[in-house]
Amino acid sequence: MPPVLFPVLRWLSPVRSGFQPQVDEAVRSVGTGAASAVRAVCAIALAAVACAAAAQGASAPFTVPSLQRQSALVRMVRQDCGSCHGMRLTGGLGPALTPQALEGKPLLSMASTIYGGRPGTPMPGWSAMLTLDEAHWVARQLATGFPEEPARTAP
Amino acid sequence: MAASPLWASGCAAVAQQADTHGGAAGDMRGTGDLGVVIQRARGAITVVNTSHRALLGEVAGLGDLSHASVVFSRDGRDAYVFGRDGGLTQVDLLRERIVRRVMQAGNSIGGAISADGTMVAAQNYVPGGVKVFDAKTLDLLADLPATYGNGRRSRVVGLVDLPQRRFAYSLFDAGAICIADCADPANPRVHTLEGIGRQPYDALVTPDGRYYIAGLFGEDGLAMVDLWEPQPVARRILAGYGRGQQPLPVYKMPHLRGWAVAGRHAYLPAIGRHEVLVVDTATWQEVGRIPVAGQPVFVMARPDGRQVWVNFAVPDYDQVQVIDTPSQRVVDTLRPGRAVLHMEFTPRGEAVWISCRDDHLVRIIDTATRQTLATLAVDAPSGIFFTARAQRMGF
Repeated sequence: MPPVLFPVLRWLSPVRSGFQPQVDEAVRSVGTGAASAVRAVCAIALAAVACAAAAQGASAPFTVPSLQRQSALVRMVRQDCGSCHGMRLTGGLGPALTPQALEGKPLLSMASTIYGGRPGTPMPGWSAMLTLDEAHWVARQLATGFPEEPARTAP
Repeated sequence: MAASPLWASGCAAVAQQADTHGGAAGDMRGTGDLGVVIQRARGAITVVNTSHRALLGEVAGLGDLSHASVVFSRDGRDAYVFGRDGGLTQVDLLRERIVRRVMQAGNSIGGAISADGTMVAAQNYVPGGVKVFDAKTLDLLADLPATYGNGRRSRVVGLVDLPQRRFAYSLFDAGAICIADCADPANPRVHTLEGIGRQPYDALVTPDGRYYIAGLFGEDGLAMVDLWEPQPVARRILAGYGRGQQPLPVYKMPHLRGWAVAGRHAYLPAIGRHEVLVVDTATWQEVGRIPVAGQPVFVMARPDGRQVWVNFAVPDYDQVQVIDTPSQRVVDTLRPGRAVLHMEFTPRGEAVWISCRDDHLVRIIDTATRQTLATLAVDAPSGIFFTARAQRMGF
């Protein structure tokens, strides 16, 4: 098994706790030259395990971000992901990210795309700006209907 | 006494206009120093005056304005606002109200107005294609589906106006450039150049209307068409500018529309690199590359071409850099506010307006001294568009 799969599979382990930084380091340490290949392998591995997890009715555990961080992630998705996917996530140069559009897509595959990008498309990996756990949280929110940003009170 | 009814009706008209402007503006007004700022989250635009550096009023009800863009009627009175949701809205800038609004597509990315001001064209992702409307009535004049391959439809990017009631645009999914002649809108003629390169993401036309340049996302290089040739063909320029290096992640697509042609040089954002590429428009050879603070999004020439201003994608979008074109060096790095999304020069370029989304303000900067002239409170501002665009090709 390629060494890179080890941390990915550990991440999926139901008993894992507190080793998120290792995953980040493992993925980054491979170097940018091989990043696409790593991403592809990760995506396949994650998707495969996600199917298995779905079949068993299980969901992978992950750390829920703090409320403050959730708020930052909501803003990031609406504003920055919104550049390509639309602020209302109805799509643009990137596909729609509404619950209807994402129906049937495995969460782990979505998290992997957010974290590592999708080679051959304009979708970049956002691993410099969020953790894999946070990517998973974002994927879950997308699948169930993404939160709105709180309305701004008048200046 | 025969004149008195006329006098009376004239008076009533003035009174009516005064009402719409809150009583203060019964005077006749021009539109050459007006503009709009997009408040994308609110689906509204704010009408602004660039002489007084003032917010005049808000027009709401414009739908989803993420990635909204605006073109102006040639008299500078009407703004045509293209929304992400396919809405096309004609707004009267003097009365600050919607004149007409049509839902013309499912997902749209912007538009253009013909050189004679009679036709407005919208470029759409869903359904992929271009629709051409009567600028006065917003009646549909021509529908140009971007069909390719097995009847699929491509997303359209890089729509610009050309002389003689023509438009040029690029097909992101099909790797093609189209030149549409709408002289007779009932029988539009579309000439398609195929195989121009992978994933054109945006385009510009040079200020003389001669060269159309599409940036390629899928490969290092740009596709260029000399529209003055009898049989235009697409040529590759700046091929392989990345020199085989692994590109950085691109968190936001750069924009080419709103050309940065200064003197004989064009300044273009590199994809996946923290560089601005400089190309000689006489030879179309690269003559330099300027390291900058992040991934460039807008690379915009001040109208006189003496400076080029650059803003950046997240996470470097609190900075703006100023390139001095004679020396081709970055001469200033500014931090005008958090999340700089757009910049627009006043018609002669003595000032630039910069939208700072996360600080909820528009900062107006003197381009010579780089001192702040004013800040205006606007809720999450994004695009800024001034009516001087009405007089410029490709805007």
